[in-house]
Amino acid sequence: MNSSCATGETSNAQPNPWVPQTARIREITPEVDNVATYHLTLVDPAAANAYHFQPGQFNMLYVPGAGESAISMSGDPDSPETLAHTIRLAGNVTKSISEMKVGDTLGLRGPFGTSWPLEACKGRDVILVAGGIGLPPLRPLIYRLLAERQQYGRLHLLYGARSPDMRLYTAERSLWSERGLELKETVDRSNPGWLGNVGVVPLLLERLESFEPKQTTMMICGPELMMRFTARTAMQRGMTAEQIWVSTERNMQCAVGLCGHCQLGPEFICKDGPIFRYDQISPYFKVEGL
Amino acid sequence: MEKPKLGVFKFASCDGCQLSLLDAEDQLLAVAGAVDIVHFPEASSRIESGPYDIALIEGSITTPHDAERIQQIRRDSKFLMTIGACATAGGIQALRNGADTDEFMRAVYATPEYIQVLNKSTPIAEHVKVDFELRGCPINQYQLIEVIQSLLAGRNPRTPKHSVCLDCKRRGTVCVTVAQGTACLGPVTQSGCEAICPSYNRGCYGCYGPAPQPNLVSLSTHSLKEGTSPAEMAHSLQNFNVHAPAFHNESQRLTDQIEEQN
Amino acid sequence: MSEGLQAANAPPCFLSKEQFAKLFKVLRALEYDVIGPTIDQEAIVYDRISSIDDLPRGWTDIQEPGKYRLEKRNDDALFGYVVGPHSWKQNLFPPVTTLSVADRTDEGWQFSEPEQDAPKFAFLGVRACELAALKIQDRVFLEGPYIDPQYQGRRNQALVIAVNCTQAASTCFCTSMKTGPRCKAGYDLALTELPEGFVVEVVTPQGEAVINALETQIATEENQNQAEAARQQAVDQITRTMDTTDIRDLLMSNLEHPQWDDVAERCLSCTNCTMVCPTCFCSSVEEVSDLTGDHVERERQWDSCFNVDFSYMNGGLVRNSIRNRYRQWMTHKLATWIDQFGTSGCVGCGRCITWCPVGIDLTQEVAAIREKQT
Repeated sequence: MNSSCATGETSNAQPNPWVPQTARIREITPEVDNVATYHLTLVDPAAANAYHFQPGQFNMLYVPGAGESAISMSGDPDSPETLAHTIRLAGNVTKSISEMKVGDTLGLRGPFGTSWPLEACKGRDVILVAGGIGLPPLRPLIYRLLAERQQYGRLHLLYGARSPDMRLYTAERSLWSERGLELKETVDRSNPGWLGNVGVVPLLLERLESFEPKQTTMMICGPELMMRFTARTAMQRGMTAEQIWVSTERNMQCAVGLCGHCQLGPEFICKDGPIFRYDQISPYFKVEGL
Repeated sequence: MEKPKLGVFKFASCDGCQLSLLDAEDQLLAVAGAVDIVHFPEASSRIESGPYDIALIEGSITTPHDAERIQQIRRDSKFLMTIGACATAGGIQALRNGADTDEFMRAVYATPEYIQVLNKSTPIAEHVKVDFELRGCPINQYQLIEVIQSLLAGRNPRTPKHSVCLDCKRRGTVCVTVAQGTACLGPVTQSGCEAICPSYNRGCYGCYGPAPQPNLVSLSTHSLKEGTSPAEMAHSLQNFNVHAPAFHNESQRLTDQIEEQN
Repeated sequence: MSEGLQAANAPPCFLSKEQFAKLFKVLRALEYDVIGPTIDQEAIVYDRISSIDDLPRGWTDIQEPGKYRLEKRNDDALFGYVVGPHSWKQNLFPPVTTLSVADRTDEGWQFSEPEQDAPKFAFLGVRACELAALKIQDRVFLEGPYIDPQYQGRRNQALVIAVNCTQAASTCFCTSMKTGPRCKAGYDLALTELPEGFVVEVVTPQGEAVINALETQIATEENQNQAEAARQQAVDQITRTMDTTDIRDLLMSNLEHPQWDDVAERCLSCTNCTMVCPTCFCSSVEEVSDLTGDHVERERQWDSCFNVDFSYMNGGLVRNSIRNRYRQWMTHKLATWIDQFGTSGCVGCGRCITWCPVGIDLTQEVAAIREKQT
């Protein structure tokens, strides 16, 4: 299906896809309200050595008794010895994780799913678009793009957050700018003192200057509606659906395409996605309740 | 850390749901170790007043006195959970809803003027905010323990909302409706009992109340086509969960149909 | 069983009913756990059986939408029925099974596989549509990027003894799905029942090991003609059809067809069709914890796209109506399954029609959509 992104190694690395590895929390970085980044290491050295992931892939994090949750990796793919997961407190599992401290253990299965199409971006301009908690799945990609900065054209990050104080990775974002990622931000609601944009993310794209649609690859991660509107704006400005990639979300339970929960049309979001080229997934995005 | 205080309170009911808690034996010991049971008249003479961290409410509201008592318990309780069909749907005693209560009183009691009773038996949630409803007539003790455990652990309880049919299939029970023509409410009833009646060759009585988004009209329409009379179908819905809106509406629809035909 | 080893031209043999009775002893000696048809709960179910007397001798099943009844035959046929409420998936993909185990230790959580030996099944009485269903579940559990170890352990050891249908139910439409009624591949032995015995086709060494332990003759031309006539009878009795022409595109380009609303008025969303379907594979996992919480098992259970909670995501439901859930089931089964696994998810066994408590017939739903395409 999405062969350019398929990751064939994972099934070999873990013959029984159901049994997690033990992971230990090395560090917890509070980000914003109800969001923190958990830096994990696999306890088994062999498993830790064998572990590699591509930007956009996710792990299943498991708290025995509470259950599993699919969490995208948010750390540097070139230092997989520490696996960063930026987690928003939302349900049973994330709540249990939020109560853990450094040194605690949990289960980890992964990596799973498709990745962002880095190869296809070489020599081109890249626009990353993130909405809210959609930034963490793009962060590994940012690390990779900046590590290979000279291989790409202009790099943009268009980032929308609910409010100025809900913006993630504050310290890092300015570093990214220094290293050649042009950052444009907007918020839904401003705070006193906020002098930046207010409004939805597609507005940033509408206002983007010296934008060369034919030269650009776009990668979007955020709420479904935001991704649809962003893609629409991009296409209005001359891009095609084949140049746009999105990270989708459904109820992922098994992560290996065997439980049926995450289907969207013909796709299993867990193994055919979560990253799709827009023309592949957009027909199903538009059908209510599919 | 102080253990959470738990109280068990009875309203109009048969005590069967409280007994489920007592029946849970070894789990109950674990529960008793994790919480401080400060009010449980069925089990202990220790009766303390509030506040309570967890209140388990059995039974429906049928008297003016109870209608006031539940308000006080609500004020005294952090987490209020109703247990069983009486508390969640009004119970079998809700059969009198819509009938002439005064006439019943005259027929049953020598001096009905001593009895103070409301015209309807109503679920607790019609009177106060309920934090969690545990269905069943009686409740499933394992579900009760699960809810208490999950509360203590601060997670959402796992009390599945699927139909009874799914449980029949998981345990290999052959559908009594399809194979034997037995009327069964399983397709429109919420799981919880582990599909016990069909495994004994009986149709489901709907003890756990309507499943989410139940299609009662389709089930009745099909049953009527297969020879069930509208009255039989209406009666099958007029049980422990008669006052649950989905069951009530459909039995009312069928009853109206019967009246129209007569 | 392995298809690669099929001895294409081994001549069929004839197995008398007396010798067939000894099959059970032979299978036991080979350490097989025999699962086959037997009467229970007013139906012909698949269960552990130990002798020819457990088979539904002289019984048949009468089926129509929403209705199944046993009826006495006027002969002593052992396999004179079609298919019942059970399917073989309950043995290969059990309704409830433990996937992993977690134990809390001083070093934190330790995770392990559950200790369990895969049972060695002999499936007796597998119909052609069911062979197709096994093949479809193989695609799901064995032939994708991830393999389900439990299914694999059970499937690899299973001996498949197929029995050709000699009659059809009104709900059967295997001819439309091109899966039957003739058993063509995917078995170790295939039997066609005649009054005095069975014509047996042997295609694998495992099947050969079984049949060699019994006394057989080379099937005579008359035996073979009789068997062919018996099998033809099943073909002739099939009346239900489903037009599968371009069915994938038909359904996927009619996602807003009014028929979805129409069927939603009848559908109970009760999950029965998905549970009896021999290919449906959806499941969910539950945490099963001891009272201390220090030992936790993850238990997989059959689940269904008809359950309200099935599509739960971020505090909401994606498919929050019966219409959307029925559409998901049918488009998956008949359309997107083809994208996913290169085959339809439907084998035409008719179980979803018979065991629907209100008798919804998917072949009619497809016909209605085809008739008035939007």
